[in-house]
Amino acid sequence: MSDDMVVLTVDGLEIKVPRGTKLLQACLDNGIYIPNLCYLEGMERPPSSCRLCLVEIEGRPGPVPSCSLEVENGMVVHTSTDALRRLQQTAFRLLVSTNSGKCSLCMANKRCEMQRIAKFLHMPLRTKRLRHIPKDMPRIIEEHPCIDYESNKCVLCGRCIYVCGRQEDAPFHLDFAGRGFNTVISFFGSELPGVAEYCRDCGACIAACPVGALSYREDRQRFLQQLERNKASRARK
Amino acid sequence: MTDLPATNSDELDPEEQRVLAAIEAELPSMPAGAQNLIPILQRIQQTHGYLPRGGIYLVARHLGLAPSKVFGVATFYNQFRFNPPGRHPIKVCLGTACHVKGGEIILENFARRLGIEEGETTKDREYSLERVACVGCCALAPVVVVGEKIESYVTPSKVEGIITEIEVRREMAAREEERNES
Repeated sequence: MSDDMVVLTVDGLEIKVPRGTKLLQACLDNGIYIPNLCYLEGMERPPSSCRLCLVEIEGRPGPVPSCSLEVENGMVVHTSTDALRRLQQTAFRLLVSTNSGKCSLCMANKRCEMQRIAKFLHMPLRTKRLRHIPKDMPRIIEEHPCIDYESNKCVLCGRCIYVCGRQEDAPFHLDFAGRGFNTVISFFGSELPGVAEYCRDCGACIAACPVGALSYREDRQRFLQQLERNKASRARK
Repeated sequence: MTDLPATNSDELDPEEQRVLAAIEAELPSMPAGAQNLIPILQRIQQTHGYLPRGGIYLVARHLGLAPSKVFGVATFYNQFRFNPPGRHPIKVCLGTACHVKGGEIILENFARRLGIEEGETTKDREYSLERVACVGCCALAPVVVVGEKIESYVTPSKVEGIITEIEVRREMAAREEERNES
């Protein structure tokens, strides 16, 4: 066995991955799905903020986020114990307790990570156990010249900020603003010249968003018009 | 790295333009490096009473940071404000006692009367509206602090009275000045 490969056991399955791989990535590459929202392939230091990718590792006292953990030789990993599922379901409940909106009226319908995770965890996209507290801010924030931001869909994973930060020649960068419950993605600086042109061609943040909280204004308006047309044609029938 | 957005500068009032010019003049004497971001923001706020939007661009350029990063840090801390303080800052107490006695209603009354939201300043910079957590005289709840003066047992009708009183004083001062000039 070469030195730069590591062998570990995940859910009884032996897998072999390059040294330095993050555990989450290793599992995903080998067909073992672990729910995750804030991780993107290639991240040096994932934020580990969504708390969905927790796994148990034999010999460790508690669950660990698999996205920020590097694989080790002989690791024995469990990804689907009851205790983990309960933790993931609670994390998911907390996320949906502030999110709102109808999936059928959303551009990300059917390709939304939240829908995928809901299905995986056998959870509804609404929670009864926690009080629903929508964010106290405008539903659609049109601060950017060509990108709309829907705060009630955003899960604050930070993927858009990560990919935006990697566009070194961009005239402006996304970042978080505010704190705690009032945290938002801020478009401060998007009024600078050249932003509209640059962002129209880049679109990295929109592609990285797991839930469809970011979209080109043009696309969103076209989508809404299509919805209207569908509604009208259904009414005629 | 960044130029000031052109769209904003047309709408700037002369007061804000003066503040921005002052910040621009001060900045070169302030230390560079991202670790000095918070001390610089604190100094600007201490000198000018608030962080103007344009000032955030200036600081970002000085430190070589993205403006959104500076804005993110500034919005994280409660100590920074983005609107100039009014000549009559109105602080509505929402501590436990005032909250129970209906402080929220008082805040709403001021907001409606002045046409501004909490944390904002009127266009003429006469009034700014803020919420505070306990001013230490809970027996007088609900309490509002206008400038240095504590208003006790505030009711919606008293809100009107407080504003009217300030307006009358202003009017009197203006007439006095007119008389002195003539």
